[in-house]
Amino acid sequence: MRIIKIILLILLVAFVAIQFIPASRNISDTVPKTDFMEVNKVPATIQNKLQMSCYDCHSNNTDYPWYNKIQPAAWFLEDHIKEGKDELNFNEWGDYSARRKNSKLRSIISQIEDDKMPLDSYTIIHRDARLSETDQKEIIKYMNLLKNSL
Amino acid sequence: MRKVRMTLSILTMTLVTLTAMSCKDGKKDGERAPMSNEMHQDEGHNHEGSEKMMTNNSGNNATNAIIDNYLQIKNALVADDQEAAAKAGGNLFGDFKNFDKSSYSSEEKQELTDIIEDAKEHAEHISESPIEHQREHFDILSKDVIDMIAITGTDMKLYQDFCPMYNDNKGAQWLSATKEIKNPYFGSKMMKCGEIQREIN
Repeated sequence: MRIIKIILLILLVAFVAIQFIPASRNISDTVPKTDFMEVNKVPATIQNKLQMSCYDCHSNNTDYPWYNKIQPAAWFLEDHIKEGKDELNFNEWGDYSARRKNSKLRSIISQIEDDKMPLDSYTIIHRDARLSETDQKEIIKYMNLLKNSL
Repeated sequence: MRKVRMTLSILTMTLVTLTAMSCKDGKKDGERAPMSNEMHQDEGHNHEGSEKMMTNNSGNNATNAIIDNYLQIKNALVADDQEAAAKAGGNLFGDFKNFDKSSYSSEEKQELTDIIEDAKEHAEHISESPIEHQREHFDILSKDVIDMIAITGTDMKLYQDFCPMYNDNKGAQWLSATKEIKNPYFGSKMMKCGEIQREIN
């Protein structure tokens, strides 16, 4: 019994201690000129949807949920955002070459078509980030237009 | 005392849950490594791997290594073999990463950088995706490799093939070392679909 108590205490101390490890946060208050919305003429409805459903992980500015400051949840988020931005960063759209834009658009379309994005683990908390079938069709249609105009 | 113990155990449970959540990602990285060591090439499909030419020109070695792994992905997709395609995708990623551009002009370097950055992503995705996604990435990868060869050249004999039906009838190209059409986009479903667009060398 004593040992269990000690272990629990150690865990508790560890839990408290990791709260003091600073986590980097993905926040930026400027929208660069290379942003997807700046480079392209995006209809307002699509802008809203992309902002709501994609930008948290695919741009330099995340609208964080309340638990973002609690470790290890914060690390988990940080990891996700890093991976998301590596794959596609809407803020850097203007810097992508035509070849890469084409690749990214193809992936965006395919991910949305297959219901892979936004991630289930994300939409379970962010209910408003879910894309309805109409939303999906509209976004796919727009991305196809963009792809054909490259 | 009892209360303290209960509070502690609740805290621990929270901690364990949170830790478990954060572990997910770590595990995924491990799984990313290609899963199979066998190549399944000896199943009577395609023996293009063995047809690759001996390279005597050292400047072409890097390009030929890329083409070689590209063809391995192609053969795996022809054979509907996700694992073999994933393994070759991982190798191809490494080839692109180590590609030495120093002997090219600055303009060519820029173009090659663009191609390689794009191709690396596709190779990486091929190494970790289900087969239908592998095929989507292979479509764009093929374009990258064709454009790359236009700059680097190669001494390998290649056929540039075209399947008009893939990607909702938008069509897709691929490279092969044999004259016979074996379609990597549809595999066994439509093995013969396609035509030779041009011959390289």
